[in-house]
Amino acid sequence: MVVRTWRHMQERYNLIGKKCKTCGNVYFPSRKVCPECRRKGEMEDIQLSGKGTVYTYSIVRAPPKDFEKNSPYIVGIIDLEEGTKITGQIDCDLDKIEIGMPVQTEFRKIKEDGKSGVISYGYKFVPTSH
Amino acid sequence: MKDIAIIGYGQTKFGELWESSFRELLVDSGVKAIENAKVDGDDIDAMYVGTMSGGLFVGQEHTASLIADYAGLNPIPCTRVEAACASGSLALRSACMSIAAGQHDVVLVGGVEKMTDVADPTGAIATASDQEWEAFVGATFPSLYAMMAKRYMYEYGLTLEQLSTWSSIAHENAVNNKYAQFRSKVSVEQVMGASPVADPLTLLHCSPVSDGAASMIVCDADKATDYADKDDIIYIKAFTQASDTIALHDRPNMTTLEAAKVASNYAYKMAGVGADKIDVAEVHDCFAINGLVLTEDLGFCKKGTAGKFIEEGNTRIDNDKFVTINPSGGLKAAGHALGATGIRQVGELYWQLKQDKECKDRQSAINNGYGIAANVGGTGGTVCTHLLSVNR
Repeated sequence: MVVRTWRHMQERYNLIGKKCKTCGNVYFPSRKVCPECRRKGEMEDIQLSGKGTVYTYSIVRAPPKDFEKNSPYIVGIIDLEEGTKITGQIDCDLDKIEIGMPVQTEFRKIKEDGKSGVISYGYKFVPTSH
Repeated sequence: MKDIAIIGYGQTKFGELWESSFRELLVDSGVKAIENAKVDGDDIDAMYVGTMSGGLFVGQEHTASLIADYAGLNPIPCTRVEAACASGSLALRSACMSIAAGQHDVVLVGGVEKMTDVADPTGAIATASDQEWEAFVGATFPSLYAMMAKRYMYEYGLTLEQLSTWSSIAHENAVNNKYAQFRSKVSVEQVMGASPVADPLTLLHCSPVSDGAASMIVCDADKATDYADKDDIIYIKAFTQASDTIALHDRPNMTTLEAAKVASNYAYKMAGVGADKIDVAEVHDCFAINGLVLTEDLGFCKKGTAGKFIEEGNTRIDNDKFVTINPSGGLKAAGHALGATGIRQVGELYWQLKQDKECKDRQSAINNGYGIAANVGGTGGTVCTHLLSVNR
């Protein structure tokens, strides 16, 4: 699991995605091949702003084991301003969340693998007025 | 391409089957199918097994040979196929392709899942979503479908009552299905008031954790009457499959399952019939919202109108104007033993179309002689459809 976590650090810590120079589409997480242009596409790194709006969401009340301490929590799909969507937790009052709400990423601890296992970090979203 | 016929079907009950093991379940349903089709073990040329995750649920992989061994069918070729919850119908599609190509004449198709041997099956189920970018951030399977529901409600004004009507009808239908996991009625109010799982979904919008198996004998249509009586033969006119992004966030539209549209359109084209000719359908309702979405994606009503369409009772068994949907009770009430589900859906259509005694108290009117099943893997990353006809 250490390697699996390490491999995604650029994306999870720094929000580095890919942009296809040929069609201009932005992708997150990283892809090797542009699904639009395939071999004609040319992918380059792009730094995402982490800003966007809530496209849809749900409040998880039956959590998996790793997330029991957080329950209930909000997961959402965010429309990023660069034109790609991304799944993440949204840290705000449960009764304040709504579709269309502006949010931005914050660097957070996501979960830990037991007492002595890997601690995974990444992004969560918070309301931009936060 | 050769024509394909179903000549026999058998299933176990779906539910918490503590007394049966993974291998026993599939062998039980397989023996029923073999007896039902009046074939002998020696007649069977090949076997396909659909199961999502023997490895995570019971710690057993290499399941194809294991099942062929316990069914006493060595040394026939046996192949396991996997596409999450669409594994069963993918096994059936594989069998159809092998017969259509002239490779085999008589094929046993089995689907099985044993989910209750582990204390917490949710981790295994979550592997049907994108582990690194959905499950990693705490998105559970119900919450992914809940996000579809939330967006659908936002765009089309679907009400919680309408969504809950789906579950209520499903439970009503399952009362007359002796293989169903739940055979009790629930009201719309009970569905809405059940314990919350992932807003807006409650426990009664979700299919259960199930054990179960379903098996089918498919054969070259030219040889079907060598085994089965004419009245016991139903034809598979189309067997299609389509894919989509595995992660929900990569789709431009979350109120539709694009792979279901592609697969069903191809099925209608392959069979030469339209959605308006379908008498009975089994659609994948692991959560109530995808039952509604598939009702639209398969062409039974216009986009955004499924809530009203269902609420008006148009899909009920006793309606005489439209398609009957999920007379079995669907995944919601009949149960969802992942790898078995796709075959169970087609098995229900087989019973319905030949008006078998197994479905006599939940018989849909068969006017045109067509049925379609749509089986979904994950949140729609795979969709398989099978279109059946009483005529060759």
